[in-house]
Amino acid sequence: MYDIQRIITDIVGLIQLSDISHFILPQIGVGGGVEAKEYVELMPLIKSTLIFLAGLGIIFGLGLAFAAKRFSVKIDPRVEQVKEVLANAHCGACGYAGCEQYAEAVVNNPDIPPNLCTPGGATTCEAVALITGKKAEIREPIFARIMCQGSWSRSVKKFKYEGVQDCRAVILAGGGDKACRYGCLGYGTCSRVCPFDAITMTDDQLPYVDLTKCTGCRKCEAVCPTKVIEVLPSSRQVLVTCHSKDRGVDTKKNCQAGCIACGICNKVCPFDAPSIENNLSRIDLDKCKVCGLCVKKCPTKAITDFIPKRPKAFVMDNCIGCRICTKVCPVNAASGELKKLHVIDQSRCIGCGICTAKCPVQAIDGTFNAAEVFASATEKGKAA
Amino acid sequence: MSIDSAKLFELIIAASLINNFVFTRFLGLCIFFGVSKKMETAVGMSITFTSVMMISAALSWLIFNYVMIPLDITFLKIIVFIGVVAGFVQASDTIMRKVAPVLFHKLGIYLALISTNCIILAVPLINAGEKYNFIESLAFAFGSGIGFALALLIMASIREKLELADVPKTFKGLPIAFVVTGLIALAFTGFSGLIKL
Repeated sequence: MYDIQRIITDIVGLIQLSDISHFILPQIGVGGGVEAKEYVELMPLIKSTLIFLAGLGIIFGLGLAFAAKRFSVKIDPRVEQVKEVLANAHCGACGYAGCEQYAEAVVNNPDIPPNLCTPGGATTCEAVALITGKKAEIREPIFARIMCQGSWSRSVKKFKYEGVQDCRAVILAGGGDKACRYGCLGYGTCSRVCPFDAITMTDDQLPYVDLTKCTGCRKCEAVCPTKVIEVLPSSRQVLVTCHSKDRGVDTKKNCQAGCIACGICNKVCPFDAPSIENNLSRIDLDKCKVCGLCVKKCPTKAITDFIPKRPKAFVMDNCIGCRICTKVCPVNAASGELKKLHVIDQSRCIGCGICTAKCPVQAIDGTFNAAEVFASATEKGKAA
Repeated sequence: MSIDSAKLFELIIAASLINNFVFTRFLGLCIFFGVSKKMETAVGMSITFTSVMMISAALSWLIFNYVMIPLDITFLKIIVFIGVVAGFVQASDTIMRKVAPVLFHKLGIYLALISTNCIILAVPLINAGEKYNFIESLAFAFGSGIGFALALLIMASIREKLELADVPKTFKGLPIAFVVTGLIALAFTGFSGLIKL
């Protein structure tokens, strides 16, 4: 204490020695309302300044400390943990405004499932379930599907549009420049709103969805003015990619790849999945077994098979020769006599997987659904 | 303290339109460009800004007139006002989190941005310099807040449309925003001479 006092007196002595205790202190400030004084008593000024600043600091410090104590909010540490494992894309796919709100809800409300974060996928779901002590139910991933194949070269335009290059603006100009008012306008609004850069526009002005990046957040579905984007479960891989409800003649006039409601898909489907309504075929996703028969038969190629390559079926040695596959095969590729090893004609097989599913002893392999069929068969065997 | 309603109205109009902080004094531009991208944030910021502005102006006026003038340390006003505003913003942040969590979620994120804003500092300084009385200071703060809100709303509505417009590549983003601000500032000079002060 004594040391400090001595230092202060030393400084004061220095100031007095150098004779600057009386000098003009300029007053500068916005507005300039405070008049300059000719002489300023420096010592009392420094004292009052120090006291004032220190006092202000102490008051604010105490006040803030008191406020922090009095108004403290207990935050569940799990909320922070959940927030960290979420995708943090703030896409709104979970139905909440942002990741923070979902994290809060999933921690505080026991009824909210941990699997709502679609961008995060299975890993996030498991992590959230672990933190909140809930049961993880991994949802089937969902993807955005573009329900139109009428690219600019394959469809007809009503007029030449030269405005703002955005679908939401184009639709205001007479319902869009496309002759088909149900199709994709091709100005790429969906590709711009996608928070994951999953949608790119092809050279022919049709959106292409990169399934490795798409998380099914439904942003594109919401923004598309013609509602041509549908977000569907990933296993639904055979879809009528057309929304045209025009009469078949008109659809054909407007677009080379539109559904003309001819009903061939309906006739050819062994499971009765497609049905025609309002001049448009629609595949019942619960009935469809993704065999891809209709894709081959559709005259306008309006049905798209999202399985890029269908491997062909082959018969394994445990075939019992029951002839079931020869009966169910829609293209007559399977043949063989009773109680003898059957063969599948590789040139005819379209990889629909129907025989794989129907074979009583799981002797047909190679199709896209083989792994799934075998897995469910072993599970059934275990249960029995 | 005489209250002259005509004078107060003049003050509000002068602070919001004629001497609009953004368009004629060019203060507070960082927040102005930061939150004017979307209408939603612009509205939230405007509300928070105006209320913080008025309360901090009142606090600073009290401290300036009842503590700093008697102690004859008015030259400290810049430091003190910064401290007062920052302390007040921090306190309101803490209190709002507890008392009104809904309001905090809506407006809380803007609070931290405001504490270092230059308009918030300029208003108490001008109040002190022009020797406004308490009511006048409040009116001036209110006018400034309204002026800033007006600037934000105008800019947000223009920039939302600008997103869709075919802007040359070099001008995309901030450059075109500055150009637009300049044009609005030109338009705001039309307000000068509205009131003789």
